[in-house]
Amino acid sequence: MMRLELVKRPQRSALFSMLSPFIAFALTIIAGAIMFALLGVNPLTAFRIYFIEPVSQVWQLHELAIKAAPLILIAVGLSVCYKANIWNIGAEGQFIFGAIFGSIIPVLFPQFEGPLVLPLMLLLGMVGGAAYAAIPALLKTRFNTNEILTSLMLVYVAQLFLDWLVRGPWRDPQGHGFPQTIQFGDAATLPQLMPDAGRANWGFVFALLAAVLIWILMGRMLKGFEVRVLGSSPRAGRFAGFGLSRMVFFAFLLSGALAGLAGISEVSGAIGQLQPVISPGYGFTAIIVAFLGRLNPLGIIAAGLVLALTYLGGEAVQSALGISDKVARVFQGMLLFFVLGCDTLIHYRIRLIGLALTKPDGAAKLEAAPKLKEAR
Amino acid sequence: MDITVNILLTIATAATPLLIAAIGELVVERSGVLNLGVEGMMIMGAVAGFGAGYLTGSPWIGLLAAIAMGAVFSLLFAVMTLSLATNQVATGLSLTLLGLGLSGMIGTSFVGQPGVRLPNLDIPGLSSIPVVGKLLFGQDPVFYISIALTAAVMWFLFKTRTGLTLRSIGDSHASAHALGIKVIRYRYLSVIFGGACAGLAGGHLSLVYTPQWVENMSAGRGWIALALVVFASWRPWRVLAGAYIFGAVWIGQLHAQAFGIPVPSQMLSSLPYLATVVVLVLISRNKRLTMMNTPASLGQPFVPDR
Repeated sequence: MMRLELVKRPQRSALFSMLSPFIAFALTIIAGAIMFALLGVNPLTAFRIYFIEPVSQVWQLHELAIKAAPLILIAVGLSVCYKANIWNIGAEGQFIFGAIFGSIIPVLFPQFEGPLVLPLMLLLGMVGGAAYAAIPALLKTRFNTNEILTSLMLVYVAQLFLDWLVRGPWRDPQGHGFPQTIQFGDAATLPQLMPDAGRANWGFVFALLAAVLIWILMGRMLKGFEVRVLGSSPRAGRFAGFGLSRMVFFAFLLSGALAGLAGISEVSGAIGQLQPVISPGYGFTAIIVAFLGRLNPLGIIAAGLVLALTYLGGEAVQSALGISDKVARVFQGMLLFFVLGCDTLIHYRIRLIGLALTKPDGAAKLEAAPKLKEAR
Repeated sequence: MDITVNILLTIATAATPLLIAAIGELVVERSGVLNLGVEGMMIMGAVAGFGAGYLTGSPWIGLLAAIAMGAVFSLLFAVMTLSLATNQVATGLSLTLLGLGLSGMIGTSFVGQPGVRLPNLDIPGLSSIPVVGKLLFGQDPVFYISIALTAAVMWFLFKTRTGLTLRSIGDSHASAHALGIKVIRYRYLSVIFGGACAGLAGGHLSLVYTPQWVENMSAGRGWIALALVVFASWRPWRVLAGAYIFGAVWIGQLHAQAFGIPVPSQMLSSLPYLATVVVLVLISRNKRLTMMNTPASLGQPFVPDR
């Protein structure tokens, strides 16, 4: 019987801070190999189909960008929340409300065309997402209500609301009864970046832009400093005169607006209309992206591409090997698990000890003197 | 009269999984650990329960498998948060995400298969007493387990020394540790108990409530159970009351849909979730009361210094 013991490092380890996502990815691959073997598939074949074939051609890279765009957009917003120790886990709902608000113009006023349509749609999308995120923020600041539970409950409400819209008042009358809105016109469609090469649209550019802007905000501006102080020590933040309530609103509105932008970009760029389901769980997967990217906007770009690949890979193994595409969700879940576990290495050294050695002894108390322990 | 009895019976069936999952989470939170993975453990229990029942033909084996799966799955969370001191919120979330994915993958071949159902209790004579007979003596076995569990947890937490120790850990793990109490061991056992309960709740869903496997069939019940614990201010009998209120809301909206009330069905379906938000707001409005009731070290990682 072995036991783990954590020994606090004198300071956070820069090495493991950088390595931990990679270790986590390696562990995920190992666990994934075991999983594929259990499913009766040669892990090497499975990995080739899962991780390499989906990105071996240019048009496939465009598909990767399409999947990565919403993940990155949402995750950079969430990273600000989580840095501030504010737990918005309802981005999926804010994504949906952004999509709904942004679709007001193309669905209700399809005759309205011109260069103003798209900017207005994107703006409305951000407003919709931010407005929906304002609910848990208001409840938290005004009534002290736990934002984790309220923001999550509102996801279910948003999904049902969208379902009602596309089956009821917003249904395309010429749609043969299918639960969907009319196809958006050209003026309301987010243009593709390189139509000759693939389908990727401007949403990916928005994602990169958002990541860079948030990176500047967090690293170079007072607001970012405020976020970090309030997140690591609310008491210190109060003494510095940073308001926690204002921060809750700032974090929720910002992440809600970005999730809303992701929602309208997805609908206007990739789907072209509203449907009962417009997201394969982007709002939840983005939580994984945020943590895998170390809550750092630039890291999130890389993490977003990795998680986008898990979606594509899931589809690929489903069609090639007949394995459920739920395998993607499993990979995503494992990745988050391992990255959280590896993050422990940043602050602690892990010692494996046999039970015989667990008698409390004074030497172990001297954390900063590892040599003493070796001598024991 | 029969209709009333039937409605009461369905309310009890809807409330039972909420009650069991919430009672389990209550013990976990009383020990100072916040496990947001209830939804994930519940859905894993549901798929394991259905699978084992379907493959062996015995719903009882299914129920045991559900409990075991919930416990094993919660062990993942325990190792991460207790041994590796990871962030409890993030780890709980990842447990839920992993559970939803894994259950979907395991359950692919179960979709559309006929399940097995735990038989209702039927005591000759007693069960046929009008009105109370069915309510008291004719329900599914898990219903009785849920009531017994609530009573047992109430007794354990407030009448036993071990329960007192557990609560003291939840209020101040540092003091408890200084007194020589094995904080981590208590928390491991609490988390596993909570996992077993969530698994049992999931088993109830796929072996009693709707004896079949549907992806995401827990439909947010794990999250509602978490809200119930807050609503109940960490008191078992209030969890019982809350679970039945929510069971009534859940059943009420289903009946309203069946009666064809001229309101969109989606709006009715969203009632349980909206009710959760409203209830949370009402209960947390009084900041002092919330602070008094919340286990003081809830959600904070603990690394014993030796």
